[in-house]
Amino acid sequence: MTGNATALSDKQSSAPAVGTKSSVSQRIHGLMTEMWKYRLSYAFIFPFMAMFIIFILIPVVAGVLLSFTYFNAFDFPTWRGWLNYQNLFSQDVVFLQHVLPNSFKFAVFVGPVGYILAFLLAWLISQLPSTLRTWYALAMYAPSLSAGVAMTVVWTVMFTGDRSGYINSFLLKWGIIDKPVYLLIDQDYLLNIMIVISIWSSMGIGFLAILAGILNVDKQLYEAGKIDGISSRLQEVWYITVPMMKPQMMFAAIMSIVHTIKSGGIGVQLSGSNPTPNYAGQLLLDHISDYGFIRFELGYASAISIFVLLLCYVLSKFFGFLFAPKEDE
Amino acid sequence: MQESRLIVVKRRLTVKWEDFVLAIRLLERAQIWIAILLLPLAAFMLLPLVYLFNHAFKPLHELFLFPPTFIVREPTTSNFAELLALSESTIVPVSRYIFNSIVVTFLSTVAMVVTSAMCAYPLSKHPFPGSKIVLGLIMLALLFATEAVAIPRFIVIQSLGIMNTYLGHVLPLVALPVGVFLLKQFMDQIPNDLMEAAKIDGAREFTIFMRIVIPLVQPAIATISILAFQSAWGNTETSTLFMQEDAMKTLPFYMSTLTSGLANSVARQGAAAAGALIMFIPSLVVFIVSQRKVIATMAHSGIK
Repeated sequence: MTGNATALSDKQSSAPAVGTKSSVSQRIHGLMTEMWKYRLSYAFIFPFMAMFIIFILIPVVAGVLLSFTYFNAFDFPTWRGWLNYQNLFSQDVVFLQHVLPNSFKFAVFVGPVGYILAFLLAWLISQLPSTLRTWYALAMYAPSLSAGVAMTVVWTVMFTGDRSGYINSFLLKWGIIDKPVYLLIDQDYLLNIMIVISIWSSMGIGFLAILAGILNVDKQLYEAGKIDGISSRLQEVWYITVPMMKPQMMFAAIMSIVHTIKSGGIGVQLSGSNPTPNYAGQLLLDHISDYGFIRFELGYASAISIFVLLLCYVLSKFFGFLFAPKEDE
Repeated sequence: MQESRLIVVKRRLTVKWEDFVLAIRLLERAQIWIAILLLPLAAFMLLPLVYLFNHAFKPLHELFLFPPTFIVREPTTSNFAELLALSESTIVPVSRYIFNSIVVTFLSTVAMVVTSAMCAYPLSKHPFPGSKIVLGLIMLALLFATEAVAIPRFIVIQSLGIMNTYLGHVLPLVALPVGVFLLKQFMDQIPNDLMEAAKIDGAREFTIFMRIVIPLVQPAIATISILAFQSAWGNTETSTLFMQEDAMKTLPFYMSTLTSGLANSVARQGAAAAGALIMFIPSLVVFIVSQRKVIATMAHSGIK
């Protein structure tokens, strides 16, 4: 079944390429012989594509379809048209008042701020000699290795609400506060703590890509730049380093978007409940699992998922526009 | 046996330390400033991890000390013993979760690396009809967090009838778009002449793939292995959604049951810390072993 699906899409793609003047049947025949010639290639991609279609493509398509239905996981879904989307943007008070603003604040800090921080760090580290560079890079990368669940242990102890929590104990000692603060339950602090933790763990493969990109820039270009009148390091970065490593910047941007979306569940882990206290740390993914796996309104939850995927797509197009190689490069 | 290993590790550390000193002597002034500037930041990044190590070895009375201590004073392994003892009273022992985790992580890492490499090779070297569409789909999937489509995935797994089996853990993870992408970028660097020459010598596609392509993309394979390992080892999605039987769940899931509500309770803190350390160490070891290759691969990660 999956084989057919790829074959169909293949036909559409390359049909125009094979001799535009010949008749349709000839064209299909030509395509078939062409495809037969490459039968080994298809065999090579088959295992991956089968899994890809079953566990990524079909779920996304099914998600789009479900988002237009009412579905409670037991009865057959019933068609609702655009109602889910209409409700999402007009009726869902929690979504509009908490989830969207929270997600926006979270995304702005973890996304762009984390991204710029990653670039700054990578640039600074790239200036160091190689032995030292490796150690620093390892130190920055290590947090992203820590699995989210495991680190909850550390965070909960650090931010615990009584005086045995590290942050509380520290603040008490220096006289900044006079009584312990319930950091993880208090709605004023939860989101900020989530942001700090997510930035902490964000120096992942995107960061490594940026670092490698900076190190790969041809050193002669800097020499040439100096002759052409580049006077400061800042100009060097802006006119040589960044333009030369646009592809890596793009890859890192996409990894940054994915990280931002994925680290959404951290609020629920920290506060230990979904929904988070007063929806203070409620992000898009939590909202999906709240509706999907607690209230079993799967159609509505799917509508939120599709909204998230579209958001990702638009963001990546925006970055693609920023980092697209210019005609003359 | 273990002691001799320790000595080897110590030797390696001392060698590294000498390199370190030498490197410092060779620094320019600007580099020294950068190194000093980055030092507190590096400390900040590593602090929670150092803490994790110390916390796991703290005896019970040190865990709740006031003022709290950062470094363990009397290290003990009692937390690990507690973690094991904790599960004896329940139906499923921790060892079962650890066993599941190891099996699932091993199987899915191998599957991810093999299928990614097999898929990347024709995408990079054979202009077969439809290759552009396949590549476009994979590029698009790079930015999809599969968590967002958890519900349809659940329905797919359910209708395939692989719930509560190891297949239900492994198969949903196999398609790793980042893996195919990175490997394809790396394979683009291999000159086509090499493959032409092999073909003239009578090598078949499969031989070319195994004997020429795979050895040349070793660094990328190492990188993918880490990514694959990480995504499988820390994964809670498959356990939470696709496994109803407790005996089929994995260690990260068990950790999440230990840590939920930890903020408000003092019970099982030691066991949770020990479990967290068990979760973290394999990732760290895998990364340290292959970090050079990882940075070499990331140079080719660009999206044009």
